[in-house]
Amino acid sequence: MDEKRIKELKKQATIIRKHVIEAVYNANSGHPGGSLSSADILTVLYFDVMRVDANNPQWEDRDRFVLSKGHCSPVLYGTLAEKGFFPVEEIKKFRQADSFLEGHPSMRYVPGVDMSTGSLGQGISAAVGMALAGKLDKKDYYVYALLGDGEIQEGQVWEALMCASHYKLDNLIAFLDYNGLQIDGKITDVMSPEPVIDKFEAFGWNVIVIDAHDYKEIKEAIEEGKKTKGKPTMIVAKSIKGKGVSFMENEAGWHGSAPNAEQRDEAIAQLDEFLKKLEVE
Amino acid sequence: MQVATREAYGKALAEIGADEKIVVLDADLSKSTKTDLFKNKYPERFFNMGIAEGNMMATAAGIATCGKTVFASTFAMFASGRAFEQVRNSIAYPSLNVKIGATHAGITVGEDGASHQCIEDIAVMRAIPNMTVLSPADAVETRHAVIAAYKTEGPFYIRLARLATPVIFDESTYKFELGKGVTVREGSDVTIMATGVMVSEALKAVDILKEEGISARLVNIHTIKPIDKDIIIKAARETGAIVTCEEHNIMGGFGSAVAEVLVQNCPVPLRMVGVQDKFGKSGKPADLMKMFGLTAGDIVANVKDVLKIKK
Repeated sequence: MDEKRIKELKKQATIIRKHVIEAVYNANSGHPGGSLSSADILTVLYFDVMRVDANNPQWEDRDRFVLSKGHCSPVLYGTLAEKGFFPVEEIKKFRQADSFLEGHPSMRYVPGVDMSTGSLGQGISAAVGMALAGKLDKKDYYVYALLGDGEIQEGQVWEALMCASHYKLDNLIAFLDYNGLQIDGKITDVMSPEPVIDKFEAFGWNVIVIDAHDYKEIKEAIEEGKKTKGKPTMIVAKSIKGKGVSFMENEAGWHGSAPNAEQRDEAIAQLDEFLKKLEVE
Repeated sequence: MQVATREAYGKALAEIGADEKIVVLDADLSKSTKTDLFKNKYPERFFNMGIAEGNMMATAAGIATCGKTVFASTFAMFASGRAFEQVRNSIAYPSLNVKIGATHAGITVGEDGASHQCIEDIAVMRAIPNMTVLSPADAVETRHAVIAAYKTEGPFYIRLARLATPVIFDESTYKFELGKGVTVREGSDVTIMATGVMVSEALKAVDILKEEGISARLVNIHTIKPIDKDIIIKAARETGAIVTCEEHNIMGGFGSAVAEVLVQNCPVPLRMVGVQDKFGKSGKPADLMKMFGLTAGDIVANVKDVLKIKK
């Protein structure tokens, strides 16, 4: 991945971050913190890695993505809209009664959403099912999933991880959005899932630790995951909750609250400033 | 002849299993749920998910998103109880093609006792939008129910029993229509509506009542949701009194489903034979049926009781 490509992806991710802010601001609810922390991962996946076709969302040979932490729908919707699955104007209607953009993603309403999620711990199991089906059908698609670090407190996650390694699902690559915060505070204060790396390894996964905001590292980890045979890959992506908006960064309070008009303007201004900087560089 | 509906379920899966789209999952109970009959024939499309029912249901959903028809089996207690929310959010909400084969429903589980005797599954499963709930009466009907579920898109909950019970229907003449009740016996004084293993008890009750000069109609409801409103309303209008029979808690179950139709369309006196809001216990199934008031004799007593207030 060269510098030019990185810059393009950075621009794309910043535009997606703006969609996150607009979505949550207009809905006056939603989850900006974890959406912003995972924006770079989704950008690399959808704009540099995944085999998808916005004109054929149900293409059976497509790569799949499951947002296991479904509350971060704003970043998924922003990404899918930018990818052309539906018009970007729809994002402003996020969470409204006359919109198809449900608070948590619905595969029945939103083109490009591969699995309905929202209840934590279930998406990773569905991703395991998709990977199993891929093996059964001898398809070459990959299944990607994104887990929250608070989410892994759900016991079902570990059932799914056990199952994925038991069936040697090397076509499954999961990300842990490792921002260290959940609604009630630090994950280590609420209910520590540590040591996460040891646990994933003990459950038979290939574990790669990266910086969630470094495009090269994201891309290389995915490539390594694809090369790893006989076991699924967990990319532990150390991230900053609220990444890209200074006053949201590393603040648990922004897990599930919307900015007011002033905060929204400030957030958009910061993101625009960053876009401008990218242009000048 | 006596055959358990779980046995018929496993055989039916093996029968339709040649279809490459069918995938069967089980949670370490394949010998009990009888999915091993499918596994032995099509091992490549059978996946043991271990003792992890929540993961099994959501994994089934994921497989179904890839165009498969997935049968996921475990005991009714775990399918509808432990995995309720996975069934609700990952299977029913996206309306995926997952058929839940839930065996060991009700108190006829017997010796394993209350912890494994699910008497709430009809109530919780029928409360989920998009879910079709089937409760076949015997082995013949089970085979047809499984085939209907296989041929119909969307989520199904198929309630099955552990205990071998009488085969009531004749395979050569039996016709299954999803969502339609079956009039097993004609009658004019009262209608007994039964589901699952209670249909064979109700048949005995009809014979006892006949000897006493009471003409009881017997309607078998294999599809609890969507329920056959027409056959219930017709029975209410023509016979004026109804007794429901289920091997399930009387709260929220089959009797409640019938009552919902009656009170909104044609209110008539109703009695519900079922578990009276208490947990089961260990024991021989026949002893438990007596203890919990689910025998033909109990149905007869309820018929006589309801006839006292019939207008």
